[in-house]
Amino acid sequence: MSSPEAVEPRFRPGDRVAVRAAYPPGHIRTPFYARGKSGVVERLCGAFPNPEERAYARSGLPRQPLYRVRFRQNDVWRDYSGPANDTIDIEIYQHWLEAAP
Amino acid sequence: MTADHHHGGEGATRDHAASHRHPARSDLDDTLTHYRVMEIALRELLIDKGVLTADEIRKRVEDMDNRSPVQGARVVARAWVDPEYKSLLLSDGGEACVVAGLDRGPYKLVVVENTPETHNVIVCTLCSCYPRWLLGLPPDWYKSRAYRSRVVREPRAVLREFGTEVPDEVSVRVHDSTADMRYLVLPRRPQGTEGWDEERLAQLVTRDAMIGVSVPRVS
Repeated sequence: MSSPEAVEPRFRPGDRVAVRAAYPPGHIRTPFYARGKSGVVERLCGAFPNPEERAYARSGLPRQPLYRVRFRQNDVWRDYSGPANDTIDIEIYQHWLEAAP
Repeated sequence: MTADHHHGGEGATRDHAASHRHPARSDLDDTLTHYRVMEIALRELLIDKGVLTADEIRKRVEDMDNRSPVQGARVVARAWVDPEYKSLLLSDGGEACVVAGLDRGPYKLVVVENTPETHNVIVCTLCSCYPRWLLGLPPDWYKSRAYRSRVVREPRAVLREFGTEVPDEVSVRVHDSTADMRYLVLPRRPQGTEGWDEERLAQLVTRDAMIGVSVPRVS
């Protein structure tokens, strides 16, 4: 994971993170509905070549840490109708995440 | 009575055929969409240049079609009877596949366990990511926009439409498989299966239970 071609992980399980509210064009893996939302890192999945780069035949290096981030459904959907403890886990690359209070 | 005026037997069938022609049914595979043309062009190029043979491509398609949820069911049933195997499955899904004599698979496998507190359900909102080496090809509904867009937003309503009622005190946990992981739900072992062996248990484990839109039931 700490090979020269991989970016060092900045977050650990339990850290609060926010997904950048960015809307770049191209092949993006961060779902639209998660942009700007906050959650908690569930686990670090490893580091993988950045698919947003690979989609355009570039190497995707250095590899980006990939996390599973757990969001409360009530934080994702303003009108979520289920119980407050319902959650959604989404795989998000580190370059899409910022530390959240 | 003339020769062409029969009231039954072979002649009646012939008359029916002559007077009652069904229109030719249109072929379903005659739509050469852009992507079909691209696929054919690429495939023919690869064959012409000697990169692949037609038989290799056919074999690969056959292998994909031959995979089925039976592999996933074996893994689940083993986890139900063997606590050590279950903890391996939950901590390192790929290794657990190898131990069970299956492919490790091309992706990391994340196995999520249903408990009395949590019900898990899998989706890929971007496309159709699916642990094909354990479950075979995904069902059409899994790839539909309706399932992909709705199950993240109103999972309980979607589960209800699949006949799965999750009580409010049980959390519904959706997993959106957007990148490099593949997911499998480890369902709860149904009551009334005490003493069953792996093989018998595996028969209860359905594809939909491993996606999380259903749960195993003793019929």
